[in-house]
Parts: sequence; structure tokens; C-alpha cells
Amino acid sequence: MPYDYRTFPYVAPPGLTAPEPRHKVVIVGAGPIGLALAIDLAQYGVASVVLDDNNVVSVGSRAICWSKRSLEILDRLGVGQKCVEKGVIWKVGRTLHRENEVWTFDLQPDPGHKMPAFVNLQQYYVEEYLVARALEFPGLIDLRWKNKVTAVESDTHVTLTIETPDGAYLLEADHLVACDGARSEIRGMMGLDFDGELFEERFLIADIEMTGEFPSERRFWFEPPFHAGQSALLHKQPDNIYRIDLQLGWDADPEVERTPEKVIPRIEKAVGHRDFRLDWVSVYTFQCRRLARFVHGPVLFCGDSAHVVSPFGARGGNGGLQDVDALGWRLAAVAKGADPVVLNAYDRERQHGADENLLNSSRTTRFMSPAAGAERIFRDAVLALAGKASFARPLVNSGRLSRPCVYPLAGPDDPALPVDARPGSVAPDAPLADGWLIDHLGREPVLLAIGQPAPAVGFATLELPVTPAVRTRYLGGAGKALYLVRPDQIVAARWVNASPEAVAEAAAAIWRDA
Amino acid sequence: MSLITTPNLSDPDGAYAALLLAHKGLSEAESQALNARLVLVLMNHLGDGPEFGEALNLARDVPDGAS
Repeated sequence: MPYDYRTFPYVAPPGLTAPEPRHKVVIVGAGPIGLALAIDLAQYGVASVVLDDNNVVSVGSRAICWSKRSLEILDRLGVGQKCVEKGVIWKVGRTLHRENEVWTFDLQPDPGHKMPAFVNLQQYYVEEYLVARALEFPGLIDLRWKNKVTAVESDTHVTLTIETPDGAYLLEADHLVACDGARSEIRGMMGLDFDGELFEERFLIADIEMTGEFPSERRFWFEPPFHAGQSALLHKQPDNIYRIDLQLGWDADPEVERTPEKVIPRIEKAVGHRDFRLDWVSVYTFQCRRLARFVHGPVLFCGDSAHVVSPFGARGGNGGLQDVDALGWRLAAVAKGADPVVLNAYDRERQHGADENLLNSSRTTRFMSPAAGAERIFRDAVLALAGKASFARPLVNSGRLSRPCVYPLAGPDDPALPVDARPGSVAPDAPLADGWLIDHLGREPVLLAIGQPAPAVGFATLELPVTPAVRTRYLGGAGKALYLVRPDQIVAARWVNASPEAVAEAAAAIWRDA
Repeated sequence: MSLITTPNLSDPDGAYAALLLAHKGLSEAESQALNARLVLVLMNHLGDGPEFGEALNLARDVPDGAS
């Protein structure tokens, strides 16, 4: 059934009648990133104003594949379970060349995690759940629909000019976070531009409603019989909505290609029948670009406003939520008086994350849409070999799906401990007798004491029993360990043995630009 | 250098002939495709060590049409 788009009420903001006191944080954009950030801040007791020039959730499915890491973040914000319950859980991706399967991946072969590898859920649902959650913080989240920023001035703080249906007003803030998407107007008003590549490729993207059984998996075709010479992607979403991406080539006219007369016959060929209803269509161009810096004095960029990637790999929405994850606790601390230098670490860490996403995305794009000549010849050679020899299958690149990057942290480490839980990594989840480890991590720093009593360190500690999963994920060959976990569930430091002074020093370093 | 760049074939003329034979009767595009597949097969055979990078550099450092 089609989604029931409801509008959110516009309320005349107080600034229209009298100057408002300066706000701690103003967020521009009430998409998934802006809303998630507002909720994260609210959970720390930090108030924010969220401005959006529209008054409705995302039109069309847009970001649909939410990774395990995103679900863990959304869970901490109070909407993860809702997303998992509504979403289509999947972990297997099949890639076909013509009619032959050439590569299959299983994203979560290892059980014992609270969250699945991926769920498919239309962006409008995620936004709906986040709006509902934000409304649970009436004193802390001030959602202002139909409030469009038309000018930005920034020096030590930010002054915004905002247009509403009732006229314009001014708003001052200590920090402005631009979560206003790939075409960020804040970025434009600041005179900032992206660096990177624009690929000469167009994709048609459509949501269709159809009944019938289709397995919960990602399916990608190179040169499918139904779309000669191009590529195609099919994803199952809730409510019998399917998402189809069809490569068009650079010569295609986007305005012509998005008309139902052109779209319906193409989809009919892809799904093999006409028994579907077209729900939404868009045409997009590949980009792999980012801002040089995400922090510009009191103005911060988060999500697609800071970096854009091609959609194959689900690194847009998921990358944006990881930005929120790296920013929320730091900005909350700064709003409460901490040294703003900690925001430099947000900038550096998320540039690192964005670069990893851009690298993966560019490589995928080059494989899916090779330039004429050597790129095309090698791409076709890989596909030709993949049906015959297993060595070529991992070279087939239809998208490397989003995984959290490992931040290059300099915190204390002990190489005797498992590499997958090294400093900079997300602390691995594990089942506990009363639930999941991930539920005990985050918001504030935590020291995990494994196979030893927790030392007195002046902040939260948790003694973990040595279960098989804890042993594999946290101890490896060692008999005991201490793990310092940051407010964003990232391992900051770890030891087999450490003095309380060493732990305290590492905990203090979390709040520095280090 | 780990890559073998000294003679390593007991029958160099025979190996060269086998290479030519594989291309016999192919169009230029078919030959290019065959070479690409061959490079991928050999790249995998060489594995993750330094040899593939050294082979790339050696091949790149020889100018086209050198006599």
C-alpha cells in the first residue's frame, strides 16, 4: 500500500514577534541526519532548534539500506527496534552477469549480535519514527517546519535569517549544524564547494508496488537479459514496495527517462509482468565528492551536506548516521562548556570515514560504469571469468556495503588482543545473560573489565563474564583485558593490564583533539 | 626485487608460440579481451606479494615502440 504522507504543522516561531535568546545549537534539515542529531543532543539534555524548509518526510524511498551500525545508533536514539520490526531483514547479496550468478556475499555469517546486518526500510519511515521520537523531548527539541534559512553570517557565533509563511526573522546560535543534504543551501551560502569526481552516468530509480514472493536479498545484475548492456539492482522493502535501479548511460535524457511511458516498459521487462503500480521515480547522477573540512568555525557539516557518494554500497545514509554518532556526544559536551577543540576530532575522524566511503564508492562506480577502453576491457574480463573461476568473483564489484570505518586512534593498545576490537573500532556486540552488550555501551565512557575485577576509575565500569563470544571478540588468546569504550561505542584504548592512572589518562584523552 | 626478471623458461620459443597460437584468428578486440583475462588469471596467481606491483612497473617502464 502506498505511504500516507502527512504534513507536520507549521507554528509561527517566537522570533517573529520578539528577538529570541541565542540558542546553543541550531540544526538545518529535518531529515534522518538532522533529526538523529537533535535526539542525540536531547538525550544529553542539550536543547536544539531544528529548521526545515518543508513540512513532510522524504518523498520516495531514497535511503533504504540501514546497516547494522546504523541500527545500533538508531537503537541508542530510541527507534532501532521500530526500524527492525518494520524493515525487511536481509544479509545475502546476489550478483548476476546476464543469467548466471557470479558472486554472492553473506554480510553477517557470525550470529550473536542484537542487530541484523541490514534492514531495508524506506527513508520516509525512518524520518517518521525519528520525528515521533523527537516529539518526546518537547523542552529540548524545537522542530520548526516551513522555516527556510535564506542567509548565514558566522564569526564567533552564527546569525541566520529565516523565512516563514508569516515573514522573516533572525536567529542566533553558538553552533549551526548543516544537515541539509547533498544540495545543502548552507554550504552554498558559505561559499563552500565539494572536491571530487562527478561520474558521467545516470541511473533511473523507482519504487514499485507489487505482490508476489521475492526472497529478502539484494539482487544486482550486470548486463541483464531485460536491460541489455546496462546494470540493474532490485531491493525488497516493506509494504510490498520494491526498489529498482536501472543504469541509463550518460546519453539518456533524464526528463524523458522519468516519464511513465518510458519507465513502465523497462520495469515490465525487469520484473517480467505488468502487475505493478509505479510509486515513485527519480533519475540521478553519480558523484563522489566531499568538503575539504566539515568544521568551519561555529558551522558544522554532517551527512550528505559534507560528502556525497554513489548509492551502491549504502554509504550515504549510513555514513551520515556515523557522522551523527561522532558528533553528538562532542557537541553536547561543548554546549555544556567543554573545550571546542574536541570538535576538531569530529572533523578529522569523519573525513577519514568519508574518504573510505568515497574510495569504495569510486571503485564500485568504475566497475559498474567503466570508461571505454581498458576500464571496460578489464571489467568485462572479470565478469567473463567469474562464471568459470572462483578467483574472479571477489573482483566483481556491485557495491561494497557500508561498514563502519576504523578510526586511526593513537590510544593504548595491546596486540595480544583481537584485531577486530582494536582502538578506533566499534566495540563488538555480544550476547549477555540479560540481553546484549551493546545496550550497556555508549552515551558515557565505560570501562569493560573482562576476566578481572573492575578497577576504581571514577567513571562507569562493567565486569563482563568470559562467554565464548566475549572470549572470541575481546580476548583472543589473552586471559583478561580492559577496554575503554567512548560515548559513541568506539574502543578508545585497551590493555591486558593497566593501572587506574593509565586508564584515567586514556579517558581524559577522549575529550581532547587527539 | 622478488619478481623473476632473468630467463625462467626452458623453452622460450615454445612458450612464445603458445601465446601467439592463443591469439590466432582473433579480432583485435577479442585479442584485447583475451589478454585482459590472462592478466587477471596471472595477477591472482602472483598473489598479494610485491611481484605484481614490480611486474606492473617493469611493463610500464618500457616505452612503446622501443627498438
